[in-house]
Amino acid sequence: MTVARVSSWGRLSDAEHSVVPITSAAGAGAILAATAPGIARGMERSYGDVALNPGGTLWDARSLNRFLAFDAETGILRCEPGVLLRDIQATFSRQGWMLAVTPGTSVVTVAGAIANDVHGKNHATRGTFADHVLSVNLVRTDGAVIVCGPASNREWFEATCGGLGLTGLIVEASIQLKKVPGPWLLAENIAYQSLGEFFELSDASEAEFEYVVSWIDITTDGGRRGILSRANPTPSPHRALPRGATVLGGVRSGPAIPFVPPFSLVNKATLPALNRAYYRMQHLSLGSSVVHYKPFFYPLDAIQEWNRAYGPRGFFQHQCVLPRSVGASAVAEILGHVAASGQGSFLGVLKTMGSRPALGMLSYPREGVNLTIDFPNLGDSTLRLLARLDSVVSQAGGRLYLAKDARMPVSLFRAGYPRWEEFLQYKDPGMSSEMSRRLLGS
Amino acid sequence: MTATDSRKSRGNSGAWPTDVVVVGATSAIAEQCTRLWLEGGASTALLIGRDEEKLTRIATDLGVRFPAAAVTTLVADLVSPASISATVAGFAGPGTFGAASGAGLTVLVAHGSMTEQEESQASLDAAASVLEITGVSPSLWIEACADTMTAGTISVLGSVAGDRGRKKNYIYGASKALIEAMTEGLQHRLAGSALRVVLVKPGPTATPMTTALPQAGLAPVEAVAGEIVAGVNAGRPVVYAPLKWKLIMAVVRNIPTPVFNKLNF
Ligand SMILES: Cc1cc2nc3c(=O)[nH]c(=O)nc-3n(C[C@H](O)[C@H](O)[C@H](O)COP(=O)(O)OP(=O)(O)OC[C@H]3O[C@@H](n4cnc5c(N)ncnc54)[C@H](O)[C@@H]3O)c2cc1C
Ligand SMILES: NC(=O)c1ccc[n+]([C@@H]2O[C@H](COP(=O)([O-])OP(=O)(O)OC[C@H]3O[C@@H](n4cnc5c(N)ncnc54)[C@H](OP(=O)(O)O)[C@@H]3O)[C@@H](O)[C@H]2O)c1
Repeated sequence: MTVARVSSWGRLSDAEHSVVPITSAAGAGAILAATAPGIARGMERSYGDVALNPGGTLWDARSLNRFLAFDAETGILRCEPGVLLRDIQATFSRQGWMLAVTPGTSVVTVAGAIANDVHGKNHATRGTFADHVLSVNLVRTDGAVIVCGPASNREWFEATCGGLGLTGLIVEASIQLKKVPGPWLLAENIAYQSLGEFFELSDASEAEFEYVVSWIDITTDGGRRGILSRANPTPSPHRALPRGATVLGGVRSGPAIPFVPPFSLVNKATLPALNRAYYRMQHLSLGSSVVHYKPFFYPLDAIQEWNRAYGPRGFFQHQCVLPRSVGASAVAEILGHVAASGQGSFLGVLKTMGSRPALGMLSYPREGVNLTIDFPNLGDSTLRLLARLDSVVSQAGGRLYLAKDARMPVSLFRAGYPRWEEFLQYKDPGMSSEMSRRLLGS
Repeated sequence: MTATDSRKSRGNSGAWPTDVVVVGATSAIAEQCTRLWLEGGASTALLIGRDEEKLTRIATDLGVRFPAAAVTTLVADLVSPASISATVAGFAGPGTFGAASGAGLTVLVAHGSMTEQEESQASLDAAASVLEITGVSPSLWIEACADTMTAGTISVLGSVAGDRGRKKNYIYGASKALIEAMTEGLQHRLAGSALRVVLVKPGPTATPMTTALPQAGLAPVEAVAGEIVAGVNAGRPVVYAPLKWKLIMAVVRNIPTPVFNKLNF
């Protein structure tokens, strides 16, 4: 055990935690019992307080990062909870297999991906991470061991996928990988000038492309310009790997934001210019090209600790999904509030989500349109703006993503996640996070 | 740039080994280095350690990552001189795969134990154990390798802690300084031969050894392993990992003693 200051990705706090290493699945039960209550942490790539427990216990199983078995015929991988998605992609893309679903950063643990039931740029065709999980082994704070999957202990599985680390410590998982022709994608960037154009383009793209996502300039009121990217896996065996994909290029330090600047580099003065610059940069690469999966799936992983750019007060991310029927007008309304406030960032993401219902009781993805915006933390004015955005989400019947949240009101949580009461039956009484106390009462 | 060209670019300089032998293979730093060597093209890895179950878990993981590689484990007493010489003869002596591998063989000696300074200061037995496991034993491993191997690379994990003794960890530091003098002597002795000796000095790294330290100052183990593998492949006599510690320790070494003794670190 060691006392350490821990921040999540949004850097909104850096409270002390008692960090307790978990170094074997067999020994986990005794350690949990002795150190509960607490919550497990992965790579702290969640933005808010889902993996924080200020002043309390934080279980750290990241050194359990080994593969246990892989069947090259079926693509089924069995692994420990701390394995990084980055390692899965790098290892198995060489053998013709990759994750079917990956979030926008690869520096995420398998357990973290399950606990937030993460989604990617291919929700319409592949659903969420949990749709490709075959089994999960849990250890509870009373020492009980539960093995669950889509066909066995299904209710535990639905509670655990997207279960925010509250149903037990994940010590092992089996995952179905997806067959791919290699690490390459044929990608295309297309500019759009209005929301209407975005929806048309996105719908048309989904019929033909597995991956569809768009960057939207949140500063241009009225214009709503953006860049839509779409891609499919492609065989391209004779290409040289990019530097980051060479053996040592991948692990030796790349460019990093070396320290926390005294104020946010993203601010009212720089925001329109940053968005303009980003648009121009993307505009240069309009058209089709063969790209490695790294820059396409994980563009931000190229700059280490980019979250420091928001300065010492950290930042919020507001990520919502809105039913498609009201999505277009609700997105316009949110963008209107944001543009009027002068707050925000250059990382606005607009994408549609497919109709496959997510299996987790607290899973975020649902059919509709997803809008994600970062906001440097300016204190009250930011919180007031976020509350205005919340009321749009609430009126539209949408929900906010818990992996990104540090402050949503309980009412919005309950309205967005109607299975929350059912979930409580599966919560381990010895597991508690800042978020669970805030939204679930314990 | 083709895949082969890219190996020559920064970070991939030097020659990749064809066979690696890792002593203290259950160390977190060593495990990451082994992954990188196999990923970079080594076709065999022999993992030597004292804990069979842990060795097997690591070998299983490596087998999944690199199905084409041959990974074997060997449980051995890492401390007794008789066990050390027999084990080295077994992988590098005449007629072994290590001998056949020639310049393609890289050995990494990684084990060590960092008991709390107070603990090793409180009893001579505890101090003797740290000196033996962290200083004497690795030194004997590299000595045995130098006596047995005719070509290839012998690398050993020292530490920045060996660069200057300080009150917080001088017993551990002294064992690392012992390794440093051993490698200097071996480099002198083997100059001009086909054997290279590499002393690695990691800075503070996030591994099971350092879970009780404040985590903020610790480098990620993957990045440290990347620097180590690049330095060992290139056969550099001394490898600081990360490189910044070379500068930091140059400063620390040059603080005049009266000033140094007033510092509390
Ligand atoms: C740049 C960036 C892009 C992103 N893009 C996306 C995206 O496109 N889609 C998306 O869905 N998400 C995205 N995310 C969010 C990220 O994928 C999730 O927050 C993910 O869950 C983080 O995993 P982690 O390993 O960092 O876990 P943490 O953030 O540390 O923890 C997440 C949850 O996992 C639980 N947990 C961790 N380990 C265990 C364990 N062993 N047993 C039980 N529970 C455990 C924690 O308690 C917590 O509830 C992005 C994040 C970043 C920084
Ligand atoms: N982490 C750092 O900050 C740091 C910095 C500088 C140098 N180093 C050096 O790097 C090396 C690897 O350390 P690490 O950080 O990777 O730590 P680690 O994961 O704790 O590994 C320690 C290794 O030493 C072995 N060992 C410990 N006590 C032993 C004993 N009594 N007999 C035989 N073997 C023993 C362990 O074997 P078991 O698995 O069987 O216990 C394990 O292989 C060490 O030499 C260390 O001094 C580390």
